[in-house]
Amino acid sequence: MVDLTVKIGGLQLANPVMPASGTFSDGLARVIDFNRLGAFVTKTVTRELRAGNATPRVAETAGGMLNSIGIPSKGVDYFIDQTLPFYGRFKPPLIASISAPTADGFASLAAEIGVAGVAAIEANISCPNLEQDGRAFAMTSQATAGVVARLRAATKLPLWVKLTPNTGDIAEVARAAEANGADAVVVANTILGMAIDVDTFRPRLGSITGGLSGPAVKPIVLRQVYQCARAVKIDIVGCGGIANGNDAVEYLLAGARAVQVGTATFVHPTALLRVIDELEGFCNRRGFAQVAVLTGALLSAGADETDVEWRQEAGQ
Amino acid sequence: MDTVHAANSLFPVAEQFAAVIANVAVNAEYKHLVVAAEPPATDVVAGQFFHLLCPQSGDAAPFLRRPMSVYAADREHGRVEFLYKVTGAGTRGLATLAPSHRLNMLGPLGRGFTLESTWRHIAVVGRGVGLATLAPLALMAERSGVGVTAILSARRLDLVMSVELFRSHGADVIIVTDSDRSSDVSNVERLLRDLAARHRADALFTCGSNRLLLLLQRLGKELGIPGQVALEQQMACALGMCFCCVRDFHATAGGVEHRRVCWEGPVFGLQEPISW
Repeated sequence: MVDLTVKIGGLQLANPVMPASGTFSDGLARVIDFNRLGAFVTKTVTRELRAGNATPRVAETAGGMLNSIGIPSKGVDYFIDQTLPFYGRFKPPLIASISAPTADGFASLAAEIGVAGVAAIEANISCPNLEQDGRAFAMTSQATAGVVARLRAATKLPLWVKLTPNTGDIAEVARAAEANGADAVVVANTILGMAIDVDTFRPRLGSITGGLSGPAVKPIVLRQVYQCARAVKIDIVGCGGIANGNDAVEYLLAGARAVQVGTATFVHPTALLRVIDELEGFCNRRGFAQVAVLTGALLSAGADETDVEWRQEAGQ
Repeated sequence: MDTVHAANSLFPVAEQFAAVIANVAVNAEYKHLVVAAEPPATDVVAGQFFHLLCPQSGDAAPFLRRPMSVYAADREHGRVEFLYKVTGAGTRGLATLAPSHRLNMLGPLGRGFTLESTWRHIAVVGRGVGLATLAPLALMAERSGVGVTAILSARRLDLVMSVELFRSHGADVIIVTDSDRSSDVSNVERLLRDLAARHRADALFTCGSNRLLLLLQRLGKELGIPGQVALEQQMACALGMCFCCVRDFHATAGGVEHRRVCWEGPVFGLQEPISW
């Protein structure tokens, strides 16, 4: 019997596996048992009603996909009247992903959305900031510090901050989030990319560029989790190309306390359950009584078998 | 067939490995795929679709699944059938399937066609790959005691699909082609007006051509005939999660709104979509 529970920024989860924002909705309940998930993470809610970007919104790439969905949102009332009651029927806690074009907008939305049924807020600060020429807040530590400080003052709920992998120094951005009151960082959003159709000479996405996700990005985001883990003490939620138990184990070893599964669910709607089952199987097989001991258990290249055994014993 | 995740009434959609029974070319462009299936796959209704994990072919390894509307399904004999045109990386992969191979399919998905009890005779107008989507309507109508006239459109006579299937379910079939100009919108309009005048078009159904959709929307409005259209759109998740497959629709409150073809559709009221 493996103890799969983890605590993320004060929030207790039955297991460390949850969907990534935007890759999950009520439709998946037709295929899998939602009560098995560690948490729900909603599609990003904005105050503005947003239609989203031009089609095509998705392009297949080697080992992954590009998307430029553009955060279509039905606004706050729809979220509170429709989304929350639906997820309220299930056991896992609900993390509300929010976004806004300004720091003020983030703060007021966090306050407004902090109603019963919302267990934590995931601030998607990887979206364009109107006050910074459209660059994402999470591109710089200054903009991150500003928006996280405003968010912290606006809500008492656990505050998770979703970072962008497109910044040059993600560890510095994570430090800014931590210093201004974030309870956890989610590493990371998608990597900016593009693809061109050589038959038509046209971009394969309606908005030309978009975010790359899927197995192709895993080594990059795993490296960023590792860098953030060395820089901050707050919890890290890893998100990037996770499709099976071993992928999740890699992220935990690099320093993540929990993981989000996104694009894999598009290909295999049962991917979240597979990751949970395989993570438990891994712990059983390797003699870890608690999944939590894997976090940050990465050994240096010079470590020998004895070190791994010591780690196992410490976890029992 | 293995079910990856046990399906029951709580989980009406399942990811399943279906054994291939046959996968044969029916003409120069289309192949007919038959797989062994069990519920919930065999509970599929006309207009619904499956999301197929297509095998690798040559250099191309499709990362995402491909949506494929059902061509026929038989719960008693445990079969699901598809009729597809070999075009891109996904369908080229499907074309490599042979008996004993297994196909990973997710479904059934989306909203299918519906027949109202007051309809005695319907007109079905389809073109190209859309004919595969419309074909199971013939059986659905036959079982409901509703007559069908099917106007089947294609570039050439040898590319007309589903003629025998429609006829086997008692449908009147009218074939129109580009090669003899009979597929011109004006001629199809003449045929439909004639059907309507003879009370053989209580409802209009279409798939596969924007020109035909425009025609049916115009005639439907003018003659007060309801109808349904099955739409196609590129999809990623097919479960309403990713919002990749949106199209423009007339909003009930006026104006334009996006709807997800995979989730709110793929079958919509004839006048709902904004044609393109």
